[in-house]
Amino acid sequence: MKSHISTTINGDPVEFLCDPSQTLLNVLRNDLGMTGTKEGCGSGDCGACSVLFDGELVCACLVLGVEAQGAEIETVEGVATHDQLHVIQEKFLEHAALQCGICTPGLIVSTKALLEENPSPTEEEARYFLAGNLCRCTGYDKIIKAVMDAAATMRQGA
Amino acid sequence: MVALTYHAPESLEEAVQLLSTARQPVKVLSGGTDLIIQMQGLIQDERLVVDVKKIPGMRAADWTEDHLILGPSMSCAQFTKRQDIQTVFPGLVEAAYLIGSTQVQGRASIGGNLCNASPAADTIPALMVNRAVCLIQGLNGTRRVNVEDFLIGVGKQCLASDELLVGIELPKPTARTMDAYLRFIPRTEMDIAVAGAAVSVTLDDDGVCTDARVAIGAVSPTAILVPSAAEALIGTRLDDDALLAAAAASSQAANPISDRRGTVEFRRHVVGVLTKRAAKIAADRVGEV
Repeated sequence: MKSHISTTINGDPVEFLCDPSQTLLNVLRNDLGMTGTKEGCGSGDCGACSVLFDGELVCACLVLGVEAQGAEIETVEGVATHDQLHVIQEKFLEHAALQCGICTPGLIVSTKALLEENPSPTEEEARYFLAGNLCRCTGYDKIIKAVMDAAATMRQGA
Repeated sequence: MVALTYHAPESLEEAVQLLSTARQPVKVLSGGTDLIIQMQGLIQDERLVVDVKKIPGMRAADWTEDHLILGPSMSCAQFTKRQDIQTVFPGLVEAAYLIGSTQVQGRASIGGNLCNASPAADTIPALMVNRAVCLIQGLNGTRRVNVEDFLIGVGKQCLASDELLVGIELPKPTARTMDAYLRFIPRTEMDIAVAGAAVSVTLDDDGVCTDARVAIGAVSPTAILVPSAAEALIGTRLDDDALLAAAAASSQAANPISDRRGTVEFRRHVVGVLTKRAAKIAADRVGEV
């Protein structure tokens, strides 16, 4: 039997029907058409489906859709403001910190969570925080350069 | 995934009722980082999932006069951010901080780590050295079980089908007591312990160890306390001889398996080294206070 779920995604009230066996990732992508959140491993190892769930960075593949009842969810679709990319997104483009792009939405969401918690991370802190976001293309160097540049730019803007 | 029926009770009474009257096999959902993956592997089966996170207190951590009462479903991310807990139980906090990635810590809980009962669970040795007691609620009342008696095998704990872990009680350590946890993994992060050791020591003003607890993980079907290793430390100044004796006791107590992550011989040796180093770190922490 499907459950009726009322939740908040990127500040907007959202309602959906889901089977209790569906993960939040499955609901986002297949029922709500929010395909910014990617499926990589489906077992919480790769971070491609990173979202904020009640303010906590989590893998959407390890959350049941029914758990979203009453929750506040932020996905990569909520990072940019209308046509204006977030600084983190601009820096990922500028540093060419992506190739195939599957890991990128997760990395953007995770980097935003990192910099909200710690606006001045060391490179080591950034690497540990982002260790749950796997990228099989870039070798991470460009990603970390983008993250550190975004952090510096956001500190200047603050 | 299996066919699921989902309930998120808002009271303990309701939760225990659900557990005791279920027709299908029941799974208690806390952070889900183990459970959801386990359920994905099953087909043509059904489960009742009881999400306990909406029950008051399950995600809290409050001090009483003598204890920390830890809600078993508090996320590791919330737990490791609590400076008041870090100050008193740095070893338990570092164990929680080693579980998975930032994302996994956003959901994973200490109660879940305990009830999932993996031999390699990082927080269990740290709970043991801190004399943690499991607070259990069943249909016919409550009971208390020491963490070292809670685990009965690989992936098995002593909860009856109508019982729920509702709290983890940690006594406030006596003065000049500190803990530490170390594990060995072949990577630098996001891995499962090949061997782990937690140590708690109490030192008097002259630096003599007056009390100690040692527990080891990933080297037997459950994490275990090693009283002989603790005895090797008590009454000493944690000099090299005492540390080596404790290391030997841990190696002796270990009963590991060989698998792709480590051999019996390697695990036996490394768990001793970890015991020695964790004891040293715990003692240094006493000195820093």
